[in-house]
This record gives sequence, structure tokens and C-alpha cells, in this order.
Amino acid sequence: MSDDRPSIFGRAEEFLTLFKRGAEFSKELIAENERLRRRILDLEQHQQFAAQDPEQWDKLREELLHRISSLEAERQNFLERMQSLEEENQQFAARYVEIEEENNNLANLYVASFQLHSTLDLSEVVKIILEIVINLVGAEVFAVYVVDEKTNRLEAVASEGAEPSSFPSYSLGSGVLGRSVASGEIYCEDGGHPENASRPVVCVPLRVQDRPVGAIAIHRLLQQKERFTPLDHELFTLLGGHAATAIFSARLYSESERKRNTIQGFIDLLTK
Amino acid sequence: MSEKHRILIVEDSPTMRQLLVFALKRLKNVEIVEAQDGMDGLRKVSSDHFDLALIDINMPVMDGLKLIRLIRGEENLKAMPIVVITTEGAKEDRERALGLGANEYLTKPIQANRVLSVAKGLLKIDS
Repeated sequence: MSDDRPSIFGRAEEFLTLFKRGAEFSKELIAENERLRRRILDLEQHQQFAAQDPEQWDKLREELLHRISSLEAERQNFLERMQSLEEENQQFAARYVEIEEENNNLANLYVASFQLHSTLDLSEVVKIILEIVINLVGAEVFAVYVVDEKTNRLEAVASEGAEPSSFPSYSLGSGVLGRSVASGEIYCEDGGHPENASRPVVCVPLRVQDRPVGAIAIHRLLQQKERFTPLDHELFTLLGGHAATAIFSARLYSESERKRNTIQGFIDLLTK
Repeated sequence: MSEKHRILIVEDSPTMRQLLVFALKRLKNVEIVEAQDGMDGLRKVSSDHFDLALIDINMPVMDGLKLIRLIRGEENLKAMPIVVITTEGAKEDRERALGLGANEYLTKPIQANRVLSVAKGLLKIDS
């Protein structure tokens, strides 16, 4: 039982503290109540005074009307400001979406260009062109053509969706692809799901300056790709220049490597 | 500082990998690991913890569907969110991938915004 004493005393102490706080709070409430009562009395007196004196009453009325109209004006001002902020906010949101899209497009173009110039191996370059056309453009059936310098004809060297041999060869200037390469102009039909599968819907001429290097002929887009986007057109332009340079550089490099190996072979033969 | 989200990209095309890295790097606090085929992906996913995996379907050595099947067969990897990335847009391909346990299905050509919003959703990252 003696063990319970400290806890009883503790609880009593707690209760006392609580009671004191309650008392203080009640005092505060009473004081506040008194203050408010006095305020009401003051106001009532003021009103009674104003009611007795029509001049004072008019003055008070004027003051109140003026205050109301100034508050109305302030409210209207806030509403207009809020509306203009909302409009500004919407403009920012739209601009953000635009910039985001632009950023994505630039990233795609950067990746395409980076990959195209990441190798000097011709087969790798062609593989990268295929990857770009599949993954970034979304083509299902297409071929990469290279100009055969002996025959001056465009021959399909790599493709997707069908064997390269199934794509026709073109002489420069003839057929939709040959004409596009000869003129250097990108040919693009809207849609991308043509009736005639043998005719390309997109022809991207690959040229280094005025020299034709090859072409990309897209015959059909992936099922989920409904139409060409502005990014696709940007990619076609990029491919037209960068893929051509990449193919051209890889060809030059392979030729110079071949020559270097031949010369090295002769040197080795003479020096051994 | 909040914990880093680890993302695995299993994709044979370097172009696609670079694009996905570009898109996902915009998320805060992420660490991205790349695998170049299904087998490489399986090795990485077995030896390390990942909060999300983006898997291509058509890959050499081991395709994406087989990789998903193997991942979902492992008790400790069952909860890892998987996003499938593919050229196949047909409904049955989508259903097959989702049926194997993929959480999301994205078709090519890939849009960075879509990748980001899917990744944010699966990683439970607020916009």
C-alpha cells in the first residue's frame, strides 16, 4: 500500500496543475467576455448617438458605403488578377508541354546522330540506320539502298519486314526512289499504310553534298503508327545528311584500310 | 536523402538503350543499368536488386518473353515491376506479355513522355 502513495501524490499534483490551468483559462475567458461586453456597449452608444444626430448618421452611412464600394473594387481587382494568373498559368503549362516535346525530339535527333557516327564499320552503320527507322520512326517494312558505283543503280543492302532481294533496284532518276535520290528531295506520302505495298510511302535520299550515296525506302509503318509526325520529318532530314555521311565515311575508311593492308603486306614482303 | 530507384534496361539496340536512358535520367534519384540481351538481363536481375525493369521482346540469345517468364518464376523477383517494349502492337501480343506477368506494355516508336509517366507510376514517384 505504501508503494501506491507516490503515485497518488503524483496524480494529486497533476490534478492540481490541471485545476490551476482551468482556473487561469476561466479568468482569461471572463476578462475576454468583459472586454467584448464593453465593446458592444461602445458600439451601441455610438449607434444611438449617430441615430439621434441625423448628420452623424449620414456620415456613418457614407463611411460604410464608401468602405463597401472600396471592398467591392478590391474584390473585383483580386478576381481579375486571379483570372489573369490562371491564364498565365495555362500559358506556362502549354509552353512547358511544348518545351518538353521539343526536348524529347532533340533527344531523339541527338541519339540518332550520335549512333550514326559511332562507328566506321559499314555493316554497323547500316544496322544503326535500320534501328533508327524501326525504333524512332516506327517503320515495319523498309529497305536501305546503296548506290552501286559500277552500275549507278540503287541496290537494297539491308531491310526489315522482307528480304533485301525482294526490294526492286532502281536506276538513278527512274521510279519514285530513283527520282527522289536524283533530285535530293524527300518523298513522303501521308498515311503510311498504302494500298500498293510495292510502292514506297517514304523515300529519303542519302547524299553527301550533291553526291548520291543511297536511300531509305519505307513501304509500311508499324500497325500502331497512324501517321507521320513533325519529328519523323526532322529524322528524315537528319538521316538524309548524317546517314549518308556515315555510309560515305565507313566506305572510305574500309577502302583506305584495304589499301593500307595491301601496302603493309608489300612492305612486310620486302623487309622480311 | 531518399533511396535511389534502380532501373534495368534490357534491350539489344544501342539506339533504343540510349533513348531510354535519356528519358529515364530525367527522373530524380535513379540509377540505370543496361543489359544487351535476355541472358545478360537475367544475370543482372539475379545478382542485383532492381525497382523496375524495361524489357524488349525481340532480342538475340534470349527473348524478352522468356526472360519475363524466368523472372516471374523467381520468388524474390515476383513483385518487381516490368515494362515491355516492343514493335508488336497487336492486342494478342499485349495480352500474352501481360499474361506472363508484365505490368505495362509500350509499343515502338517509343515516346519519352510515355516511358516517364509509366516509370513514375510503377516506381510511385510523384510528378
